[in-house]
Amino acid sequence: MNARVLDRSLLYGAAIFLAIWVLVPFYLIAISAFTPQAKIFDYPKPLVPTSLSTDTMQFFVEARGVIPSVLNSLLVAVFTIIFGLTLGTPAGYALARFRFRGREAFQVIVLATKMFPIAILSIPLAVTFLQLGLYDNLVSVALVHTAMALPFIVLVTGGVFVAVSHELEEAAQTLGCSRWGAFLRVALPLALPGLAAAAIFTFVISWNEVFAATILTLRTRTLPAQVLASLATSPLAYKFAGGLFMVLPAIVFIFLIRKYLMNLWGSR
Amino acid sequence: MASITIDGVNKIFGKTPALKDISLEIRDGEFMVLLGPSGCGKTTLLRCVAGLEQVNAGHVKIGERDVTGLAPRDRNIAMVFQSYAVFPHMTVGGNIGFGLRMKRRPKDEIAKRVQEGAELLGLVPFLDRYPAQLSGGQRQRVAVARALVMDAPVLLMDEPLSNLDALLRLQARADLKRLHKEVKRTTIYVTHDQVEAMSMGDRIAVMREGAIEQLGAPMEIYDNPATQFVGGFIGSPPMNFLRGAVRDGSFAGEGFSLPMSRPRADLQGREMVLGVRAEHITIAGDGVPARVMVVEPLGSHALVTVLVGKTAVKIQAPIDVAVRPDQAINLRFDEATLRWMDAGTGSAIQH
Repeated sequence: MNARVLDRSLLYGAAIFLAIWVLVPFYLIAISAFTPQAKIFDYPKPLVPTSLSTDTMQFFVEARGVIPSVLNSLLVAVFTIIFGLTLGTPAGYALARFRFRGREAFQVIVLATKMFPIAILSIPLAVTFLQLGLYDNLVSVALVHTAMALPFIVLVTGGVFVAVSHELEEAAQTLGCSRWGAFLRVALPLALPGLAAAAIFTFVISWNEVFAATILTLRTRTLPAQVLASLATSPLAYKFAGGLFMVLPAIVFIFLIRKYLMNLWGSR
Repeated sequence: MASITIDGVNKIFGKTPALKDISLEIRDGEFMVLLGPSGCGKTTLLRCVAGLEQVNAGHVKIGERDVTGLAPRDRNIAMVFQSYAVFPHMTVGGNIGFGLRMKRRPKDEIAKRVQEGAELLGLVPFLDRYPAQLSGGQRQRVAVARALVMDAPVLLMDEPLSNLDALLRLQARADLKRLHKEVKRTTIYVTHDQVEAMSMGDRIAVMREGAIEQLGAPMEIYDNPATQFVGGFIGSPPMNFLRGAVRDGSFAGEGFSLPMSRPRADLQGREMVLGVRAEHITIAGDGVPARVMVVEPLGSHALVTVLVGKTAVKIQAPIDVAVRPDQAINLRFDEATLRWMDAGTGSAIQH
């Protein structure tokens, strides 16, 4: 066996191990969520589901507060996408196009904001939002989520615009477009798939975020906050179904946009 | 139609001057080539005319109109980019008609002119294809067609052939020259390829370090380079240079002496560089002694590299030339074609 083959088998071995590490819990949650409530406590658990049923999922969806909190989560995510892309796309464009003083420093600072744990920020944020009258408000949660998602949005859109040649925009300008017109007609359409990826990633960040949503809301709960609040008092079936319900969009969306997320590590 | 006047243009990037007080007049309908090595400022000058760069000082006029400070779209120019900059999200037809749509021309006029442009460049079968389905040469033609249908009096081209392979470039060069004869736009053409410059230009501006080193018709520049740099940049092979001084009726340098029939009194004793083209040196029975280093048969002729004293000199010889490496030979120089330059400044000495 030569070194190359050994290298490859080690790499694939590690990849398979990691995949199993991640997928097995998902799998267990998924089959539990589709097991009839009466059989959820069966032990040992069969690895292949014996009796599939949707009544556990139905029980979760019909539980008090779930539907409103799903709507709240969707609203917060949509606000977060709007705020995040409005603020982040121009920054990403500037990073991609212009060589300005302090460009590298800006890139580092954008990432450095991720250094502060949200747990530390949440208390002063809650106090500030109380003082501003923004407490227990979907917009305030969306603002915090925007702050959390912005570094990713800036870096992903930056990578997207680097891939759109500047000469295309210049050509559009010589053909009768203004600077802004060239951006709208040439750079933006070509960047659209990448921007969509950034939007989806933002959605996932917001959809999954629990800490800030819990601290900053009381009645207008998002789904993770709602599930967390009722976790201690709810039956096991509710937990499995809730877990699957929350994790599913993230898995599907991240899978769809994985190509663009490479920009996070691949861009300069 | 319009002339272009570049008047005292300066451009500075950070602290580096990219263009140093450049003035250049391009006549109506002329094909002007900006030629020089990379970093000489030729593309920057073109972009200043296009309005993609703002000048730090000076003026650019198109016709009688001062366009300094105007946006590219207000300058009435069309441009072909080195990367072609063909829009990947539009069909060939969409690309060619883009500029006309931006100018809000009526639909039937756009369709008619897109068709004409496609016919001119042989793109009719590809009108509904996307650029990703085209070859490099076809994309280049889309870029040219897109610029031509604009009917702008000024056409700017930034190394439009440099991304094509050698054979295609030869073809595209002839095509562009024919097109220019047909449409008669005032053209500025940037290249680092002296063959392109020689074959296409009405006039050539040879640039170096942000300044124009020499301006003239191709053969004028080839025959009478203003500086050693120009002589060395134009021509394939470049001009040969021998360093020495005139003493007692002959030009003598390190290890050689070239007798002169009519030595000029004013050059007596002055340190100079002799410039001579490969085709103006012949291998003869007598003359300046030299030693053959390399013989390269090139089909139509042979390129012989010899050592004159300590300087390598390239000679264009007939293909059946009977010399071998290490052979001692004699060279005769055609005295009327010799060019003299000052050894210190490299500038040509008037004769």
